[in-house]
Amino acid sequence: MKYWLALFLALQLAASSFAGEAAPLAEDPVVEQRLIAISEEMRCLVCQNESLAGSRADLALDLRREIRGLIKAGKTDAEIMDFMVSRYGDFVRYRPPVKPTTWLLWFGPFLLLLGAGVILVRMVRRSQRGDAPKVLDAAQREKAQSLLKDPELPS
Amino acid sequence: MIPELGHFSLILALFVALALGVLSVAGGQQGRGDWMALARPGAQALWLLTAFSFGCLIYAFYTNDFSVAYVAEHSNSKLPGIYRIAGVWGGHEGSLLLWLMMLSSWMLAVSIFSRQLPDAMVSRVLGILGLVAVGFLLFMLVTSNPFLRLSEIPADGRDLNPLLQDPGLVIHPPMLYMGYVGMAVPFAFAIAALLNGRLDAAWARWSRPWATAAWIFLTLGIALGSWWAYYELGWGGWWFWDPVENASFLPWLVGTALIHSLAVTEKRGLFRNWTIVLAITAFSLSLLGTFLVRSGVLTSVHAFASDPRRGVFILLFLSVVVGGSLTLFALRASKVRSGGAFALVSRETLLLVNNVLLATAAATVLLGTLYPLIVDALNLGKLSVGPPYFNSVFVPIMVPVLLFMVIGSYARWKNDSVAELAKKLRPVAILSVLLGCGATLLAGAWSTLVALALTLVFWIVLGSLLQIYRQFKDTVNWRSTPLSFWGMHVAHIGIAVCVVGITMVKGYETEKDVRMAVGDTVLVGGYTFRLTGIHEAAGPNYNADVGDVELSRDGRVLRTLHLEKRTYFSSTMPMTEAAIDTNLVRDVYVSLGERLEGGANPAWAMRVYHKPFVVWIWGGCLLMALGGTMAALDRRYRRRAAASAGAVAAKGAVA
Amino acid sequence: MKKTLIPLGLFVVLVVFLAIGLTRDPHEIPSPLIGKAAPAFTAPRLHEPGQTFSAKDMLGQVWLLNTWASWCVACRQEHPILVAFAKTRTLPIIGLDYKDQEADGLKWLARLGDPYDLSVTDKDGRIGIDYGVYGVPESFLIDKAGVIRYKQIGPVTEEALRDKILPLVRELQK
Repeated sequence: MKYWLALFLALQLAASSFAGEAAPLAEDPVVEQRLIAISEEMRCLVCQNESLAGSRADLALDLRREIRGLIKAGKTDAEIMDFMVSRYGDFVRYRPPVKPTTWLLWFGPFLLLLGAGVILVRMVRRSQRGDAPKVLDAAQREKAQSLLKDPELPS
Repeated sequence: MIPELGHFSLILALFVALALGVLSVAGGQQGRGDWMALARPGAQALWLLTAFSFGCLIYAFYTNDFSVAYVAEHSNSKLPGIYRIAGVWGGHEGSLLLWLMMLSSWMLAVSIFSRQLPDAMVSRVLGILGLVAVGFLLFMLVTSNPFLRLSEIPADGRDLNPLLQDPGLVIHPPMLYMGYVGMAVPFAFAIAALLNGRLDAAWARWSRPWATAAWIFLTLGIALGSWWAYYELGWGGWWFWDPVENASFLPWLVGTALIHSLAVTEKRGLFRNWTIVLAITAFSLSLLGTFLVRSGVLTSVHAFASDPRRGVFILLFLSVVVGGSLTLFALRASKVRSGGAFALVSRETLLLVNNVLLATAAATVLLGTLYPLIVDALNLGKLSVGPPYFNSVFVPIMVPVLLFMVIGSYARWKNDSVAELAKKLRPVAILSVLLGCGATLLAGAWSTLVALALTLVFWIVLGSLLQIYRQFKDTVNWRSTPLSFWGMHVAHIGIAVCVVGITMVKGYETEKDVRMAVGDTVLVGGYTFRLTGIHEAAGPNYNADVGDVELSRDGRVLRTLHLEKRTYFSSTMPMTEAAIDTNLVRDVYVSLGERLEGGANPAWAMRVYHKPFVVWIWGGCLLMALGGTMAALDRRYRRRAAASAGAVAAKGAVA
Repeated sequence: MKKTLIPLGLFVVLVVFLAIGLTRDPHEIPSPLIGKAAPAFTAPRLHEPGQTFSAKDMLGQVWLLNTWASWCVACRQEHPILVAFAKTRTLPIIGLDYKDQEADGLKWLARLGDPYDLSVTDKDGRIGIDYGVYGVPESFLIDKAGVIRYKQIGPVTEEALRDKILPLVRELQK
């Protein structure tokens, strides 16, 4: 009897050790967090409209593996970005860098907003200058009265 | 035989459109009744010819006529029936025919629902739309004929792209194109107004329901596209700032500005030039989008196979249409001062602020979308502009829009005072901040951005509710409140709902990337997921690995989700069909990745997501569309006979 | 009149850019490695697995590094051109068998011809990453000092060979 009980318990333990909490794909969650953060800032060069973090292309898997290695080797985010840019060019940056060729891109919206504000102010000011309401003369006033009294016109 | 008939029908349509375009516009300009009388029947004839041609292409597709090159390229004998119909618009040529179908449908609608417009106006509008149709028909017949035959008939077709074999294909493109193309109608109204020199409030009242209708379809089309990407692509994203997505978003932003600008022109006769420019810009952006998608100039997952020859044609067409319109505008724009004055603090100013902000947002998105092209054209290298850029610049511009939205709906026309507005809105403001911050703390970790967003959400909702309450209290008979009042509030609340979805998902979604063997569990967002089995299944034109995942919470099993990884016979790329459980407050989303181990105890990579409130994103869009529908159906648009602009404005109606 | 011309003016500028854009290919990403030293590598040879080959072995010669793979469809397009070019013995061509199984690579070369002086294998793709390879086939022209002077993205075509590669090779070999 004890033998069967022991076997039963052993089997239970064995079974639960097979079906347990699923292991995260990554070995080290801290490293994975950094990997996701860094690779979200990069473009997948194969599917060109996905970030490196989400892409399932072969090259993306390889590059993520490389970056994982670099993170474990203690490289900083800037160094890792440099690693990628020196091999693939600025194109790999999902967020365009701020340099003279991209000043228009980064400061443009702000300038547009300023310009829009200026137009706004001028339009409002212009509507307030002059333009006093016209005074109707007697004939016009009579016409206006008759129109207003006209039962045919929708009210 | 049928494809030839379809082709012939298009050629006939070209001549009809040409006649319609030339005679109707000329008739309107010269006041010739006999030519103007051709407008409505002409539009209806064009619709019949286009519909027949469209029917022929559907027939060729459905009956697997692989002698037609387009069918052989995009269809397959094993393709399920519904996709043999929807697949018609899965490729470049067919989608152009859909474009044309939508254009002629809008023309048909204008020809029917325009009894209260003067004939000269209708004639010009239909004529201009006819000329646009000429451009598209020429484009199709010269460069993109869907009815071309193959000399060697293949045994079977190359099949529709597996990503498109989904119910989303049945509804998203038609809905989106309805909106995209619909912007041509307010465009035509604007050009007609420039042509006849009559830029008054009556013109605005006639154009407004059409602009709103196009806007509604565009809203729904974009929402459907976003939702489709979410459940179809397998990694839970719903907006990627992809050039083609931006191409549809730009006319939406400008369209929103347009319907609000039309409000001012309708009520007060102001902002006429601004409204005309917006109407021209909205449709121009639609045409620009068509160019971007089909010319190969930008990289995009949506891009059709590109051909520089097509790109040149569209660019020429774009130049003629938009260049011509803007030249006409420069020549004929209203030089007469509109005469109405308005104070610095007034509804006019606030609507102007709204328009300016929306136009700036659109310009910003356009800048980001075209920047890689600009940099490359100037030989400054290759650059890529991705979501991090768009998110950084778009959000700060939209925040003031949400803020001013409420103030604008409270402000009086012509003149209001800061003190009075503050008095009405102060309690709303205070309550919004309290509730917004409170909700943030309830939802999870504190985040200033989330708090800001939720404060704005409460600001909008409470602002609308208070106005509705005051409408009940202050008006003698609230039942006579125009439908457009209710529409406005429903639409504004819709925006708030959408913002809730976006904020909560971005702020609080969680995901886990795990390796699962049969029997393994993973815990995400308070839910337990257990892989109970993996088996193989076969579909009509694919093989699949199907995973069964049991979803439970607090020990109670809720349901079993079925995930698939399909390999279509026609393609080497495997397709993921994610399993999603949706309810009002969250989605749980599971998708199957690669098989990590085979054999007796297989293990798969799986991604599990918990996305709070994500369905509110599209729910909000539905509310927006509902609000727009209510506004467009307002009785004043259906009234017969043109009252003078003065009589309408004198009513001093509510928004 | 002046202010109403602004929208038209902006539009004209836009059309000019779009027209120029039609002449460009957005998929082509130029290499940042042009003008820089070719990344060093030592890799096992495909035909003699026990032996290795290093990039620095080629110093003093102008040579072409061509990435290929047995699973690559576009490589079949350029292969006959490379085979014909190799017969002219203009310069050494080294093959980089990218992310491939040796057996498959050998079979592929046996079937379609071998234009390479030798091929090395890059099974995990690391060498490819160092060279910024994102889509096979890609080819690099490297000069006597070991500096990359030209990168061909995609298959080597007759035009590219005639108009870009050969003139540069002649110049570099002087």
